[in-house]
Amino acid sequence: MTPKTSTDICGMGHSMKRKEDPRFIRGQGNYVDDVQLPGMLYMDIVRSPFAHAKIKSINSEAALAIPGVLAVITGETLEQYNLHWMPTLMSDTQMVLPTDTVMYQSQEVAAVIATDRYSAADGVEAVQVDYEPLEVVVDPFKALEPDAPVLRTDKEGKTDNRIFHWEAGDRDATDAVFKAADVVVKEDMYIPRIHVASIETCGCVADFDSTMGKLTVYLTTQAPHAVRTVLALVAGHVGLSEEKIRVISPDIGGGFGGKVPVYPGYVIAIAASVVIGKPVKWIEDRMENLQADSFARDYHMSVELAAKQDGTMEALRIKTVADHGYADAACNPSKFPAGMFSICTGSYEMKQAFAEVDGVYTNKPPGGIAYRCSFRVTEAVHAIERITDALAQKLEMDPAQLRMKNFIPKDAFPYQSLLGWEYDSGDYHGALQKAMDIIGYDDLRKEQAEKRAKGEFMGIGISSFTEVVGAGPSKDFDILGIKMFDSAEIRVHPTGKAMARFGTKSQGQGHETTYAQIVAEELGIPAAHVEVEEGDTDTAPYGLGTYASRSTPTAGAAAAMASRKIKAKAKKIAAHLLEVSEDDLEWEPGKFFVKGAPQKEKTIQDIAFAAYTNNPPGMEPGLEAVDYYDPPNLTFPFGSYICVADIDRGTGEVKIRRFVAVDDCGNIINPMIVDGQIHGGLSMGMAPALLEEISYDESGNIAGGSFMDYLVPTSMETPNWETDKTITPCPHHPLGAKGVGESATVGAPPAIVNAVVDALSHLGVTHMEIPMTPERVWTVLKEKGAVL
Amino acid sequence: MSEHSITMTINGTEHSAEVDSRLLLVHLLRDELRLTGTHIGCDTTHCGACTVLIDGEPMKSCTVLAVQADGREVKTVEGLAENGNLHPLQQGFWDEHGLQCGYCTPGMLMTSYALLQRNSDPSELDIREAISGNLCRCTGYVNIIKSVRHAAEKMKQGEAS
Repeated sequence: MTPKTSTDICGMGHSMKRKEDPRFIRGQGNYVDDVQLPGMLYMDIVRSPFAHAKIKSINSEAALAIPGVLAVITGETLEQYNLHWMPTLMSDTQMVLPTDTVMYQSQEVAAVIATDRYSAADGVEAVQVDYEPLEVVVDPFKALEPDAPVLRTDKEGKTDNRIFHWEAGDRDATDAVFKAADVVVKEDMYIPRIHVASIETCGCVADFDSTMGKLTVYLTTQAPHAVRTVLALVAGHVGLSEEKIRVISPDIGGGFGGKVPVYPGYVIAIAASVVIGKPVKWIEDRMENLQADSFARDYHMSVELAAKQDGTMEALRIKTVADHGYADAACNPSKFPAGMFSICTGSYEMKQAFAEVDGVYTNKPPGGIAYRCSFRVTEAVHAIERITDALAQKLEMDPAQLRMKNFIPKDAFPYQSLLGWEYDSGDYHGALQKAMDIIGYDDLRKEQAEKRAKGEFMGIGISSFTEVVGAGPSKDFDILGIKMFDSAEIRVHPTGKAMARFGTKSQGQGHETTYAQIVAEELGIPAAHVEVEEGDTDTAPYGLGTYASRSTPTAGAAAAMASRKIKAKAKKIAAHLLEVSEDDLEWEPGKFFVKGAPQKEKTIQDIAFAAYTNNPPGMEPGLEAVDYYDPPNLTFPFGSYICVADIDRGTGEVKIRRFVAVDDCGNIINPMIVDGQIHGGLSMGMAPALLEEISYDESGNIAGGSFMDYLVPTSMETPNWETDKTITPCPHHPLGAKGVGESATVGAPPAIVNAVVDALSHLGVTHMEIPMTPERVWTVLKEKGAVL
Repeated sequence: MSEHSITMTINGTEHSAEVDSRLLLVHLLRDELRLTGTHIGCDTTHCGACTVLIDGEPMKSCTVLAVQADGREVKTVEGLAENGNLHPLQQGFWDEHGLQCGYCTPGMLMTSYALLQRNSDPSELDIREAISGNLCRCTGYVNIIKSVRHAAEKMKQGEAS
């Protein structure tokens, strides 16, 4: 796509270097742990070694005797202020600190406040807690059995461990299609519990000004406004009123969904600051981050696909048990307890589909958040893309051909999906064909056959995913009742430079650059002169924040709409200055000119100056606008990925030799940044496919609770991602753009699994669970007698 | 626990401090000297966000005691630019989109700096090996590798001219 603006203006389509980078490359970023306030105290947390236990006593005496330790806060302390419980974003409840029972390992039990980090840690060591272990429920299937102990005894009338039952589609009609089908394939798939593990952990500095009654909290949050509202709701009864709460989300060292929830540590630090009247800093360490913060996935899926003998897909049926741990602390829109799992029919046409999910309580940390994914889309894409390959294998069809046969055709958009979505636009055949051409698909198939004859195992895996991002239209989407719009406020200064503020919050996505480019595209003000600010609830307009690839679809659209409001006023000013009618004016980036007399022009800078110095009679001075954008629909980015993997028959190691990603996210604002997002997303797609998992033993002890055994990909495992694009504009977004930050995380895992299964298919392997560690692959090779 | 008087050169300037035996170097740098470019990501020497150079060698300052740096020369990300001019590595990371959230970036820069000191023309594999103890969650490493290559080329041109 050729940019409409010059490189001086740097609107959409320019790979503008990032405006935020100069501070980061000099070490001048301002992350939460960089905040140091006069008189600041430090907080550290005592955590439970047991997954389920009664607290018999907490003895703080020895801790309080340590020089520098000022206070030990327990559930009983918070109970005095009725702050020992809080709501989750899913309208469930969770403890801030327990008064009698702990429900998962590493749960917060007490907090120590001290004058420095080291004394606080000493205090944590010295707090003595006497526990009485209780029966632990780790397996979500066992949790659903009638004789399982009921875990949430705090909930009156609760008689089982089911949180919710959700379903979509027509069960009976789907069953009927299955009954009559030529072919049915079925695979059980477990998508393990994983953790976003952003390199910066979570934390806050709570600073209560007792004179003014105002609380300022520097907080690692992707959704500062929503957090402010939650804090006002949780602590309103102790006098914290929303206008007296200022949430500042400073530079954020990666979010990926893990910095959407409100964690107990934040609430305790805030309570401590309010009571003590001094700033309190709490920064969790990596072990606390992995062991207690919200997890992602943990979906046990049973997936079936019915088809005709010729490969025509007919029906999809999925039954899922979702392990939410101790509380449903996902951050889904309220009406979607299973997120957007109903995108599971993916890129294909069929007659019927039915999906159901049961959410279950267990003795594990609460969560169910996304991991760089728009609310359970990764699980849905894994199901459909994996089962599609299983069908191809059963019918001995080429998996690319099978996809091409069943894709929703280009001319069928907007497409009404079986489970209720209106896909906005797509060209699935085009994306897959492009990926096949780039990677040389036919040659790879030949190479595979030759290698197989020599006893070498290589596989080719495809994933042709459909994403659903940009929540969302207010009729369906809200969090705790707050509609999921987002916002932009743009002020053009007299000299033609601009300030733009947003309800979202970048965590590395480059908003300071891309939003500036949107304003540049619309108003012709050079992006270099558009200052973008987010994350301060005292100054930014209200918005729901950055997650689920929603920033471009919502706040990006708001930037365009606010710019257009400004442009409409600018046109009136230009007409006044040029003494012509508005109808006589034409626009080119950066100026209005008189039709047929292009030398008669007024630049946006001339107009901005006039807005403050020579505004038309009867028009209010100034040049600014606010837009709260309520999207008419979600956006549906898509793509086709092809992975080539080689299997080491001696060690079971999976080596990704090539990975081609063809993405379509509609019109592109900054191609360099989009590619960067895809690179990162692919790496976070590879991670659970090959490396990452948090598991528990039967006593609820965590495995994978530090970077020693939770394996984040390093530069050694990560291949050179090859990226390309097709461009199918979004018909309803003002810029034709869709979200992109998570497409690759969603699309990559099944491509890698399909490649490994493809490499081993001649041995009779039809499925591989993830992560496909060397041990897991080696075990399969061993069972099949194929270890070298 | 006892107090120790230590002196070290940080980014070319001599600093003296009275420190506890157990104070970590990263906390001395960040909390006392307010050189907050060096970050903490794991506390267990896995992520590399806290990497600084001690006598030219990249070290993870979250597992080095401040007293161990007594008498040594420490270089942090704040010491990379000279007279306000970006080091070619900083320029490379900017030009090649080698960073996103910026949290791992200072550690990546310091590790890459040490690599280019000992190998002015590193291959892709050399770079991958050098930064394998520095985790990045955002970039997928591809652009970081390009950034280091970019810097190596620029430094070579600089020497030639």
